[in-house]
Amino acid sequence: MFKYIVKRILLSVIILLGVSLLVYSLVRLMPMNYVETKYASQIAQGTIKDEDIEHFLGLYGLDGNIFVGYFKWLGNMIKGDFGISFKYEKPVTQVISENMWISFAIAFVATILQFLIAIPLGISSATHQYSARDYTVTVFTMIGLSLPTYFFAAIVIKLFAVDLRWLPVGGIIDTGNSYDASFVGVFSKLGDVLYHMILPISVSVILSLGGLMRYTRTNTLEVLNADYIRTARAKGLSEKTVIYKHAFRNTLIPLATMLAGILPSLFGGMMITEEVFAIDGIGRMAYKALVEGDIPFVMGYNMFLAVLTVIGTLLSDIMYAVVDPRVKLVK
Amino acid sequence: MDEIEIKNDKANAESPAENSVANTAAQAQADAVVGVGADGAAIADAAVASEGAAQEETYKEMSPLRLVLRRFFRSKLSIIGLVMIIFLFVFSFLGPVIYRQWGEGEVDETPTLTVVTQTFTYRDENGEIVTVYEQLVHESPYNEYASPSKDHLLGTDDKGMDVFVRLMYGGRISLLIGFIVVILETLIGIILGGIAGYFGGWVDQVIMRIVDIFNCIPTLPILLIASAVIDSWQLEADQRIYVLMVIITIFSWSGIARLVRGQILSLREQEYITATEVMGLPTWRKIFKHLIPNVMPQLIVSMTLGLGSVIMYESTLSYLGLGVQFPKAAWGSMISLVNNAGVLEYHPNVWLPAGVMILIAVLGFNFVGDGLRDAMDPKARK
Repeated sequence: MFKYIVKRILLSVIILLGVSLLVYSLVRLMPMNYVETKYASQIAQGTIKDEDIEHFLGLYGLDGNIFVGYFKWLGNMIKGDFGISFKYEKPVTQVISENMWISFAIAFVATILQFLIAIPLGISSATHQYSARDYTVTVFTMIGLSLPTYFFAAIVIKLFAVDLRWLPVGGIIDTGNSYDASFVGVFSKLGDVLYHMILPISVSVILSLGGLMRYTRTNTLEVLNADYIRTARAKGLSEKTVIYKHAFRNTLIPLATMLAGILPSLFGGMMITEEVFAIDGIGRMAYKALVEGDIPFVMGYNMFLAVLTVIGTLLSDIMYAVVDPRVKLVK
Repeated sequence: MDEIEIKNDKANAESPAENSVANTAAQAQADAVVGVGADGAAIADAAVASEGAAQEETYKEMSPLRLVLRRFFRSKLSIIGLVMIIFLFVFSFLGPVIYRQWGEGEVDETPTLTVVTQTFTYRDENGEIVTVYEQLVHESPYNEYASPSKDHLLGTDDKGMDVFVRLMYGGRISLLIGFIVVILETLIGIILGGIAGYFGGWVDQVIMRIVDIFNCIPTLPILLIASAVIDSWQLEADQRIYVLMVIITIFSWSGIARLVRGQILSLREQEYITATEVMGLPTWRKIFKHLIPNVMPQLIVSMTLGLGSVIMYESTLSYLGLGVQFPKAAWGSMISLVNNAGVLEYHPNVWLPAGVMILIAVLGFNFVGDGLRDAMDPKARK
């Protein structure tokens, strides 16, 4: 087991190197040149000379070709320095750690709700296979899977924010409100934030319900066909005990491995949802940085996601061996 | 012929000591096919035919394809999905041929006058109620944001172009991109996954690490970056679509390669592959005639589901302005008009239909893919 994990971690380092090289080359090919965009008006007026631009490019680490730039970036990264974001003018790691938590909070609540809703739905549609209930649940969750986020968000905003005026259009708190640091202030701020989070969280829950629900349904169906379920029924156990005591536990095996695999989506932010609802989470920060050609931040964000994916896959493989004693990790 | 071949492979794979009746039946059919091809073999034909007739009383033979189709059409959802996809094809490929009132990028150039009347009521110094009507007259050289009418079935968009017609052309592009990308990524996946799974060893290691790298790259951000790179090439809208297909393919083939490799690894251990070894078949024949056809069921399912996800990625890119470019119509860019608050509130006819089309496309492919998976699942055979 230990040997396996060490081997996997070493392989991950190679994979991450490959990812960083690929992403860096593409990012450097992007047409948005941050320096030229930033000083566009000065260049137009002629107050800045070409040499100055060259100088700035050097300061931002954009001189030299892609390979030189990449190795410079790599060298700094090994020292733990991801550079300073052009756009946010702070170290990349600081921007990520400051804005990660709002994204994490949304994803965390959404994931819990998703599990609480999808698993019972999946089990009940498996135990009532081919019934009207099964079809309804399947159709509605599949519609959720097939709707583009930005479109569903637009419908929801139009209905609940623009027409009915029940909920805010976007943002984290009302722009006019300010809260003091007192006990009441903190709580009313929390209430305001929660009020703003209702729409984004429901959108992301509804759209992601389908995958988990289908997964639970397939697993439950498989378990219900097993011999020990027949034995349990033959012993005369009630249907409730058969399903919730004997079947349910074994449907949890694949779900436990899935839990580790959702790591990137928990911490990585949701680009489109955050952009549509104007939430300054890490996903929206990355989108804005990408549009303006903020190379250090885009690199930092992509590597952050890649590391999360690598850890997530490793964890879910380990979890697989932990929850199911039949699986042995040998490679 | 192909079907019979597959069936034989399957039979070999499932039970080495197979039912002799099934074997002769398959053999007889194979002979019959050959017989039809060769003209002078009438006697042999007749003999085979009578043999076949004798067996029909006790044994109804169905090809694997027919079995799959029968199970597929038993599910209501797959039929609904199929109908949705057929509707989409007819709508986007035949639609523009039949409905020719407007072209894809044609602007309705009827000048329009929009009069917005606002009333203000207030009390002046003498205490009398004064009502002021303010009329805002907006004159436009073309017919923008028209409501649905006989001329424009779904109204017009911000540039005075017919929404209904643009929906049809948008469908053409989405379906075209979907199919080409899925075919390309499947080809790459079969070749790389097949090589990795069949040869194993260091070849497998190298290919799978490349797959891992592509798997770890976050798809949406990298697609955005790559599309931004294309932006700098300043291509025509037409050419850009092909480049778009290539970049979506590059960042989505890894899943299929992994699937093919996994399947081939497990198939390689089965007896019928040992048999091909004993028969001394060349490697390419083993891979392409005996291994790949057995991966086909899973591949067809993942291709169908892949169509939905490619259409989703394409429309997301278009929504963000980095996909299909104006004047080409795309569902995603039609929805992006909601970023204008006025369109969101007052002109749902501009963006709502495009979203519904995406829903129909993705849902249709998901239903069909799910139905195919259930129909081809060997465990479900009872």
